Amino acid sequence: MAEAAITLQNVTKRFGSVEANRDVSMEIRRGEILALLGENGSGKTTLMNMLAGIYYPDEGKILVDGKHVNIRDPKDAYALGIGMVHQHFKLVDVFSAVENVMVGGGKKRGDVREARAKIREICDKYGFSVDPDKKVYDMSVSEKQTLEIIKVLYRGARILILDEPTAVLTPQETEKLFAVMRNMKADGKTVVIITHKLHEVLSISDRVAILRKGEYIDCVDTETASTESLTEMMVGKKVDLNIERPQVEKKQLRIEVKGLNCYNAEGVQVLKNVDFELYSGEILGIAGVSGNGQKELLESIAGLQTVLPGASIIYHPPGGKEGVELIGKTPRQIRELGVHLSFVPEDRLGMGLVGTMGMWENMMLKDYSVGRGIFTDKKKPRELAEQVRKELKVVTPGLSTPVRRLSGGNVQKVLVGREIAAAPAVLMTAYAVRGLDINASYTIYQLLNEQKLSGVAVLYVGEDLDVLLELCDRILVLCGGQVSGILDGRSAKKEELGRKMTTVEVAADAGV
Amino acid sequence: MGGLVTLFQAAVVFGTVIMFGCIGETITEQAGNLNLGVPGIMYLGAISSLCAVYIYEGSCSPESPASPLICILIAVPTAFLGAALGGLIYAFLTITLRANQNVTGLALSIFGSGVANFFGGSLNTLAGKFEQVSVPVSSSAFSASPVSLIGDLGVPGQLFLSYGFLVYVAIILAVVVQYFLHHTGAGLDLRTVGENPQAADAAGINVIKNKYLAICIGAGISGLGGLYYVMDYIKGTWANDGSIEKLGWLAVALVIFTGWKAKNAIWGAYLFGVLYWMYLYIPGLTRASQEIFKMLPYVVTILVLVIGSMKNSRDKQPPAALGQAYFREER
Repeated sequence: MAEAAITLQNVTKRFGSVEANRDVSMEIRRGEILALLGENGSGKTTLMNMLAGIYYPDEGKILVDGKHVNIRDPKDAYALGIGMVHQHFKLVDVFSAVENVMVGGGKKRGDVREARAKIREICDKYGFSVDPDKKVYDMSVSEKQTLEIIKVLYRGARILILDEPTAVLTPQETEKLFAVMRNMKADGKTVVIITHKLHEVLSISDRVAILRKGEYIDCVDTETASTESLTEMMVGKKVDLNIERPQVEKKQLRIEVKGLNCYNAEGVQVLKNVDFELYSGEILGIAGVSGNGQKELLESIAGLQTVLPGASIIYHPPGGKEGVELIGKTPRQIRELGVHLSFVPEDRLGMGLVGTMGMWENMMLKDYSVGRGIFTDKKKPRELAEQVRKELKVVTPGLSTPVRRLSGGNVQKVLVGREIAAAPAVLMTAYAVRGLDINASYTIYQLLNEQKLSGVAVLYVGEDLDVLLELCDRILVLCGGQVSGILDGRSAKKEELGRKMTTVEVAADAGV
Repeated sequence: MGGLVTLFQAAVVFGTVIMFGCIGETITEQAGNLNLGVPGIMYLGAISSLCAVYIYEGSCSPESPASPLICILIAVPTAFLGAALGGLIYAFLTITLRANQNVTGLALSIFGSGVANFFGGSLNTLAGKFEQVSVPVSSSAFSASPVSLIGDLGVPGQLFLSYGFLVYVAIILAVVVQYFLHHTGAGLDLRTVGENPQAADAAGINVIKNKYLAICIGAGISGLGGLYYVMDYIKGTWANDGSIEKLGWLAVALVIFTGWKAKNAIWGAYLFGVLYWMYLYIPGLTRASQEIFKMLPYVVTILVLVIGSMKNSRDKQPPAALGQAYFREER
């Protein structure tokens, strides 16, 4: 049995009255890749932050190489050879790679030339590539992450903690990262990877430690683990992996999109001749590698994008009324027609919610003009907030608690809940389950299904192909801003979906 | 020619006051704190040094006259410390208590000017006779120029060597601070605190300590502007006319104008001086149209901001975390 690099003994951490970690005892062995698995809010990051010196445990002991240590700040952690790559990058945008690496180096920092040489050395050793003089603001997400890892290695870390490193990477980039992790392991480093993606756990780790609601559950060898066993440990009960897909009869045409073309701020064409139809009582999934026009498509319908002339987006309201052209209408007019958008951006608060406002004030944001004269009506938003809290089980100390104090999943429930509560005719959601744990995700799927059954046309932009295949009636695949196919969710194969996401088979560039 | 020389001299003298203010504020802002208390801090620096040398000169008699060197040795540290104390108040409020930086800075401006004018007015009353305090030994020590020591050197001498020593200190300080911020490890750490305190913290930098030090030292340097103003600019007197305050705001504007680079303060400050005094050298101006010319430094600052934003250069932006309080355990 390998020696323990780090041992945690009865570690507890509280934030106010909330226990983020309770009585956690576990060990990280030297030279292993340990996956730390748990749902959102299970305390994975908090636990690792205590090793990195960001937080200090309220109770319990941390042993590094068998010796009891006090890690009071990140400096102590670096001195012990512990380095953490945080989920939100801790880089200075206006600095070059080499400057970022040198930050906080103290007396051992050396000069720029030495640092550059050392970066190259690290790159060669583990198979990275990074330009030392490139400014961070010019880097892609994957380059930034590479730089973060280099930074930690530069500081001489023997134990690396990677917090959700794959959340922002494409599958190819993830593979590259895993290769680097294997190289690090071969070099004798200890790697801890925090994740909630099971297939990654199974493919990269030696052992899996599972946290649930702040408590340590178990640690198993990856060889003996399976998706089912891990899921069970993670959520505490067997989760039904089958997402419901009720069938709705009598569908009606709701939205008809024709010849949609759109350029982004950089002058790149992000949508090319997009045509599709959306019906009531269906969930139309939109699949595609992130950044292939999903956002622009939704925003075009919601009136937030400027589209090229010649396009038409016709909305057919329920009740057989005459179709309405949405292009040229303001976002507010479109919303009042019953076409609602809930977009969950990466930082969750960036679009749609005001972090310092409470739930009820956020409910009011889209209806602030309703009221008597210049006075707002506060009663209805309060009732609405209460309703959303009850129905979606939002965990919050109170309706007036600023939403930025809520956990990510709860923030998302508020965001999606507000749109659903307004009883729209068309509901567009993007990344509704982004960063959510399994249970919360299922709650959202169920909500969407309820909407579908009540005759709402649902447009669902998702990342997880399995979910798209199980949840959606039809799946529209975007590739490079073009519709590369519209598949039937019930019969489509995953491979087919994956292929369409990377290749356009229809005749391209016609009429552009 | 003579007119241009006097304009240049006036610009240098004027510019030196705001150059100190600007260098100090640059350090503060690079640590992510926008200290709008520069006017108050300059006031505090001015009055601390004035009080100290007034007491010293008052304790001297014709038998044992005041020494110019001791005057300088008293005035410089008291100005620095008085101003740094103002900075400490600001630092405590904004860093430890996480008060709003803008509000705190403005309050400090009012506070500094109130304290200084209270003591300045008292000194004037104490001075009796003409109700005007004067510290002749200190004033001449601060305004002694190389030219006055080694003799006339013609126009070059008038242009470059006719100022008190603090003018040269300001230039050296600008170069030193520039080098510190952009070419040393400690400067890199400090800028990281101002750009991204979370990153600094995760890299093992003590954010709180860096901010406190930057603010106090920055305030101390700004305070030297007040010292120069009271000792050289108005020759060791005191006037409750709010002119330090005006200069303090110009110093804040100059920080923006320089693009948060201390080296640019050298020419930027003198340029502000030229723009400020230009109205005296343009014939035919009425009192009203003079004021338009006095506005020029501010207009130029606004233009620089506009052009800077239009260019959209990421390197010429203020420190990214400027004005934000930092608290580690926030989630």
